[in-house]
Amino acid sequence: MAINRDTVKYTANLARIELSDKELEHFTGQLDRILAYVDKLNTLNVANLEPTSHVLDMKNVYRDDVVKKSLPVADVIKNAPSKENNLFKVPKIIET
Amino acid sequence: MELNALTAHELIDLLSKKDISPIDICNSIISKIEKQEKSLNALAHFDKEKALERCKNLKESVNKGGLWGIPIFIKDNISVKDELTTCSSKILKGFKPPYNATVIEKLIDIGAVLMGKTNMDEFAFGSSTETSCYGPTRNPWDLERIPGGSSGGSAAAVSADEAIFALGSDTGGSIRQPASLSGVVGLKPTYGRVSRYGLIAFASSLDQIGPITKDVEDAAILLKAISGHDEMDSTSADMPVSDYVSNVKKGIKGLKIGIPKEYFIEGVDKEVKDSIKLAIEELEKLGAVCEDTSLPHTEYAVSVYYLVATAEASSNLARFDGVQYGLRAENITSIIDMYKKTRKEGFGDEAKRRIILGTFALSSGYYDAYYSKALKVRTLIKMDFDSAFEKFDAIVTPTSPTAAFKIGEKISDPLTMYLSDIFTISANLAGIPGISIPCGFTKNNLPIGLQILGKPFDEETILKIAWNYEQNTEWHKRKPMNSHII
Repeated sequence: MAINRDTVKYTANLARIELSDKELEHFTGQLDRILAYVDKLNTLNVANLEPTSHVLDMKNVYRDDVVKKSLPVADVIKNAPSKENNLFKVPKIIET
Repeated sequence: MELNALTAHELIDLLSKKDISPIDICNSIISKIEKQEKSLNALAHFDKEKALERCKNLKESVNKGGLWGIPIFIKDNISVKDELTTCSSKILKGFKPPYNATVIEKLIDIGAVLMGKTNMDEFAFGSSTETSCYGPTRNPWDLERIPGGSSGGSAAAVSADEAIFALGSDTGGSIRQPASLSGVVGLKPTYGRVSRYGLIAFASSLDQIGPITKDVEDAAILLKAISGHDEMDSTSADMPVSDYVSNVKKGIKGLKIGIPKEYFIEGVDKEVKDSIKLAIEELEKLGAVCEDTSLPHTEYAVSVYYLVATAEASSNLARFDGVQYGLRAENITSIIDMYKKTRKEGFGDEAKRRIILGTFALSSGYYDAYYSKALKVRTLIKMDFDSAFEKFDAIVTPTSPTAAFKIGEKISDPLTMYLSDIFTISANLAGIPGISIPCGFTKNNLPIGLQILGKPFDEETILKIAWNYEQNTEWHKRKPMNSHII
């Protein structure tokens, strides 16, 4: 097996997705089949190859450091499910 | 013929003669939508009053040589200011972007009329438009079948004459495969040709926006309209944009076309193979020189793609956490609990599966075995194309191994669904342009598509081949017998 239930549970937690037991069962089987399929990559010798993370022949893209007009804060924040004083409002993140 | 059934270039001619007005076109589209949209479900967001309003507000001063007065539909993952843009996902419920994507700014500048948003697989994760939170889009050629995906709404709307043309996005075939299965033209530009600014990211090294149209000339017109360097997208290329529309109308005599043997394997329907063979004969009649070739690492493309694309997606979709936009779960106990419950409620099955797969491929202990290895094999796939293009001007293949499959047929088996992208994925991994055009029908009257792949930034050659083929065939003129839709 390429992946088991515990690893799927652990990975889902890393990805911050809560799974029901049924989803966990279901996804474990499906992901195992997908990973078994991609195992065919192991038949290739890739030792001397450079990775391609990006196809364009470009490295750093520079621009002049000038101040430009940005969107009004009220526009940027208008989609937030919870907001206050032009700030995003979230549950408490520091334990006291 | 009704105006909604015409192409953009035909409508541009009629508008310039003042035979018709933009409102006439808009009304014709609206009446078609009202008649059949319930059966098709091609649209995610459409408000006819707003569409008419935009039409009425068109400024006469806008350059009429562009797309003045031509209505266009936009895939639901491309940002339109103050209009719902939800990627057909519950997690983006109610989201209205505060700015326009660069492609939208460009279209508005030349007078195009934004009509609404088209349905898609959730976050473009799919090949069938079945994973949308708005329910599946149906194929206009057979309502029991899928239109392809993920830009299935755009393809179905164009095919069924609810749209003149539309924008889609293509990460692994999401423009070309639905174009093929719905019997229309779909073009994925070279990576970097079109700005991705305002396209909600799926896999940033693979995504491109492109046209879905009724014929090749419209694809050339729309590509020209949206292409070009944009400082808001650092991966957009500073390359000249040619005048596709006039340049594609030249002959293809002497062009060298490669036919890769890896695209005619077992599992490809005989009817598809036969149609492609006939298309190749047609290209030879037009003076192209077609020769067999090989892209030896084709069989690894699906594996590479589903590691690279999901890895990038898992990172891109981390932003959907209930803080800045969209859904936030209720009854939460802590911030971590808020993230986990919001993502549980907001994402559909396929999105969850891909995020978990991508997170796994990137996670400590598995990174080298999966993600890093996939990037190295991606190099081999790119090298296959580099060496083929030393010899050939273009490569011709089937777009999809089969015609449209049934709704529900593959949705419960992700791997089988992934394998339906087998012929379109490589172009994204290599960053090259590709177009799908109609090239035949199965005996059940389902469309078959021909894929033409080109050198980086040489959209002109593939458009030219496509245009010449189209001029000498009638496939693109067939319309779905949609009396059954009504």
